[in-house]
Parts: sequence; structure tokens; C-alpha cells
Amino acid sequence: MRAVTGAVSTVVEALEELRIHRGRVLLSLIGVAIAVCALTTVVGAGAIAEQANREVSERQSGRPATIQFNVGSEGGEAVDAATIDAAWASVLERYDIAFGSRNSYGSLTVQFAGGAAAVQVQAVDQTYGEMHRVRLIDGEWFGPRDADRLAPALIVNEVFWDRLGRPPVWTHPTVALLGEAPATGVITGVTPSQGEWDTEPTAFVLNDAYAAIAPATVPGMQQPPTYEMWVPDELADPLTEVVKRDLVAAIGEGGYAEGWRNDYGAWSEDPFLILKLLVVGVAVVILLLGALGLLNIALVTVRARIREIGIRRSFGATRSRVFFSVLMESVVGTFVAGVVGVAVSIALVQSPLMTLLLGGVELDDTPGFPIEAAVIGIVSATAVGALAGLLPALAAVRVRVIDAIRF
Amino acid sequence: MTVLLEATGVGRTVELPDGPPLTILSGVDLTVHEGDRLSIVGRSGSGKSTLLNLLGLMDSPTAGELRFLGHDTRALRGSTRDRLRGREIGFVFQQFNLLPGRTALENVQTPLLYSNGREFWRREQIAREILDLVGLGDRLHTRPERLSGGEQQRVAIARALVRRPRLILADEPTGALDLETGGSVMGLIEEVAGQTDAALVTITHDPAIASRSTRHFRLESGRLVPSDAGVGVGGPVGVDVGGVGTDAGVSV
Repeated sequence: MRAVTGAVSTVVEALEELRIHRGRVLLSLIGVAIAVCALTTVVGAGAIAEQANREVSERQSGRPATIQFNVGSEGGEAVDAATIDAAWASVLERYDIAFGSRNSYGSLTVQFAGGAAAVQVQAVDQTYGEMHRVRLIDGEWFGPRDADRLAPALIVNEVFWDRLGRPPVWTHPTVALLGEAPATGVITGVTPSQGEWDTEPTAFVLNDAYAAIAPATVPGMQQPPTYEMWVPDELADPLTEVVKRDLVAAIGEGGYAEGWRNDYGAWSEDPFLILKLLVVGVAVVILLLGALGLLNIALVTVRARIREIGIRRSFGATRSRVFFSVLMESVVGTFVAGVVGVAVSIALVQSPLMTLLLGGVELDDTPGFPIEAAVIGIVSATAVGALAGLLPALAAVRVRVIDAIRF
Repeated sequence: MTVLLEATGVGRTVELPDGPPLTILSGVDLTVHEGDRLSIVGRSGSGKSTLLNLLGLMDSPTAGELRFLGHDTRALRGSTRDRLRGREIGFVFQQFNLLPGRTALENVQTPLLYSNGREFWRREQIAREILDLVGLGDRLHTRPERLSGGEQQRVAIARALVRRPRLILADEPTGALDLETGGSVMGLIEEVAGQTDAALVTITHDPAIASRSTRHFRLESGRLVPSDAGVGVGGPVGVDVGGVGTDAGVSV
């Protein structure tokens, strides 16, 4: 009970001091609150920027761990695509790999209102969309029933869509695919523009559908397909080896298979390390500046309060009580400033301003405000309060009662 | 009667940076019992405040022995001495030393913040009662700067007495007040001290204030000597300690 009373009375005293000196406290804590707000915002925005970078990276080269295989013959002879496809399907089934996609590039001649134009197409499997976080602004990614369509489903980019006059996807817009065996493609989805540089029409098409229409439009594929699979990180290395082995075995003598990780997680160094270091560096500098300001004001304040400290000592305040009282004033104040700073930071990071700062990159998995950023903000503020309160508290303890009362 | 304080051959010397040590007090013998009324007079620089600081456990003697409630004060740990001071000794300062920015009620509550018992949890009620006792029940929420000098000193008295100390040390308690107000303030201190049978040691320049005590002393060149009642600063050294019984007497 005695200890509880002691602790409560110390906090009561600190709160009373904060109330009495609220003007000074407010001024000194504004600096801390701004510093914490900046720190938390930088950490929070950093986490969101990292997520944005990650998603951009994943759209290009897959999510960790994405392994890509090139398959062929050592002599350069053509290998039967159906054989490799069958081997690939067998591998996926054998190792229970849910996400695997064949990936090849080619082109189709599409009849637009202004004339026919060659459109680069990427032939993929249905799982590619999730493996590469493909975003759509209208329609849906390929579903299981799209493979059965007689008219191949197309997921086109925004430029392609613009050329058609942006018809809503629910109206099932179609385009004529020209060539020796003309066909009609149905647009089932639209991907957003990747930026100002994205000026040519492109489209995704399912592999099997493309195989059916490609010979009629283009004499043979431009390049052999690559094979991608998305597997758990820890299985990446062993699976690479066994899949390579199985693919080579399926091709037969003279066959080869190369496999490597393509995603950002394969890089030996953390690709976001520089960004993180930059963020931490800026945050630390900001916090140090805030701490210096607080320390400065706290030291001046203690000097101005020597008489008061002496009076309190005459009432029975022990040295340790004076020490903790002065320290608590700083800690309680900075804790409150930390909470305010974090609250402002959350409002900033969640605001539309953040999207502008990310250069308009829209996130698939928009992370909530990082809890660690809020914790770091409040803990840092409290730690700064303790550190900045330490020197004034030591100065207060050194006050001699007699000298202080006569001060 | 219980002996509160006993000084035997107490001296205080301070080291000076550019000279020999300066002896402020030497050979002070003094015994204070419960309910005593002592006055100490002396010229400026005679060591009055130094003596008060020693008696109030705010300073330690460099010579002799000072016992408070049987404890050798030099053997006590700093924190024990601080707590003993807070619990048993009340100070009334010449300049009131009220804490700025706090109301009369908050000022009087302050010593109770350092109490660990029921006093802490009941601090507001206790402070209200004592302020009522000193006639400031209607000025509870007034800040010191809006109170008259006499009212400020009454707040200071309430604050000094709020923990019911057994020893009250008053350093020129009426020095900043006019004659009439000073008289009423002293009457108040004596009245409140009387209610708890606390000892009252008053340091003053004012012979009229000194004469209200039952035991009178004079500080002369750092030595404490008995004095006649009503003899002011610079008066003859008395030999009789008026109104003091042998038990409560002073050995000089």
C-alpha cells in the first residue's frame, strides 16, 4: 500500500506540475509531438512505400518465391511443346504445386475501328493473375470456364480498351482477330495503364486459347514459353532441383532445364535496405532534434524552479522523490505528446496525400497503419522524455535545500 | 515532557574557497521539549538561519551532537532525515515561500503529497480543514498573488501545520508584515501549535514577537546565550530564562 501511495503521489505531483506549467510544457512538447509525428509518419509511410515497391516488383517478376524454368534441348533442336506441357502439368500435380503458369509472348492482329493493328499478347495460365498480382479496372481475371470458350477471352490493357471506346466489360465487347483463321475475342477484363510510357495495346490470353489461334495469325511462336511456379520460400531450392530433374527426364536425352528464382526475395540483400536505412536515419535525426529542444527547455526550467524544489525538500520530499518527480514530468509529458504525434501521423498516412506521394501507385493489399510505427513513436517519445528528463532530474537532486530556499 | 530536540556542543563551519574555514556556530547547547515556546534573536549574520536549518534537519552540524526524537541526526540516512523532517517539522518562512501558480488549497496540500498513509488520500479534506482553521475557508481557490501579505502568511502557516508537526520553526514569520497583522499571525501560530502541543521556535528581530515566547535566546557571534524576555537585538545577555521550568530548561 505504501509503495502504491508513493507511486500514485509521484504521478499526481507530475501531473500537477504539468498543469501548473502547461504553457511551457505545451511549447516544449509541441516540438516532441512534431518529431514523433514525423518519425511515425516516416516509418508508416516507409512501410507503405515498401509495400508499393514490393507490389510493383511482384507484378513484374512474381511473388516470393517464384521460380522460372527454361526448357529445351542442348543441341537447339525444337522440343515438342506438348511434351513439355505434359511434363509441366505432371510436375505441378506430383508436387502439389497450386500455382504454376506457362508464360509466352506473341502477337495477334486485331481489327480496331481505325484499322488492323498488331497487338502484343502474353499467353498465360489462369493462376498467373494471382501469382503476379494482376490488377483490373474492369471485369475479372480468367476463370476456369474461360478455358472452354470458343471465342478466346482477352484481358486487354487500357490503351486497347480506349481504342474500342471503353465499352463496359459486362456488355461482353468483342474484337475481330484477323489472320488465316479469323476468330472473335471476348474482352473479359481490363488492366490499368502502367504509366505514360504505356502507349501500345497489349492483351493477356490463356495459353490453350492462344495455341489454337496463334498459328492462324502468326507463323509459330516468337520464343519458347517459360514455366513459372509460386511456392513457399523454404521449398524453393529443393523444388527447383527436383522439377529440373523431372523436366529433363521428360524431354529425354539431350534435354536441359534451367530454373532460377525471379522474385525480389531471391536477391541476396534486402532490396529495401537502402530505403529502410534512409527512413531510420531521417527519423533518428528528427527525434534527436526534438530531444535536444526538450532537454534545453527542461534544463532552463529546473534552474527556474530551484526555489520550489527547495521548498518541497523542506516539506519532506526526499532526493529520490524529487528525482522521479522531475523525471516523471518529462516522461508523462512526452508520452502524451507521443500519443498526439502518432494520432496526427495516422491521419496523415491514411489521407489521400499518401497516394499522391506514392506517385499514384494503387496498392492491392493496402497495409493498415503499421502498428510498429505507432509503438516506435510512443516508445521513442517516452524514451526521449526519460533521457531529456534525466539531466534536469539530476540537477534537481543536487539542489541544496538551504541555498534553494534563499535562491 | 518529551524531549524533541537536543543539541550538545553543536557547531557549523563552512569551507571558504579563498580563506580559512568560517565558523558560523559553535558550542550550541539547546533542549526543546513538546509545547515549548522559544525565541531566538540576533543581528544579521549572527547565524540565526544556519541554526534554524540545523534544527530543521536541513543541514548537518560539523561539530557536536544533534538528536531529534532520540535519533542522532548525523547518523540518519538522507532519505530518513527527509521523511522525519516532513513528518515532524513545519517551517514558516519570512517570505512565505508559497508555490506560485497554485491555489491556497493546492499549496496546503503539497506537504501531504509526501505522506504515504491516509493523509495522502485525504489530502484535500485535511487541507480544507486547516485552511478553515486559519480563517481562509473562503479563499481556498485563490492564488497567492491575489492574497494580501497576512493572508499569504496564513496559507504558509496552514501549510506548515497541515501534517501536525511536533516542532514548528518560524524564520522571521512577521518580517514581511505590518505590526498589527504580524501580531495576529503570531497569535494564530501559537494557537494552532497549542492545539497539538507542538514546540514553536521563532527566529526574529522583533522584540515584541520575541517577548511572546516563554524561553528567550540570543545569538551572539555564533554562540547561543539565554536572554531576558523583551530584550532585542544587541541587548544585554540575560541570565534568567523566564517561565521555563527546570525540566524544560536550557543548558547554556
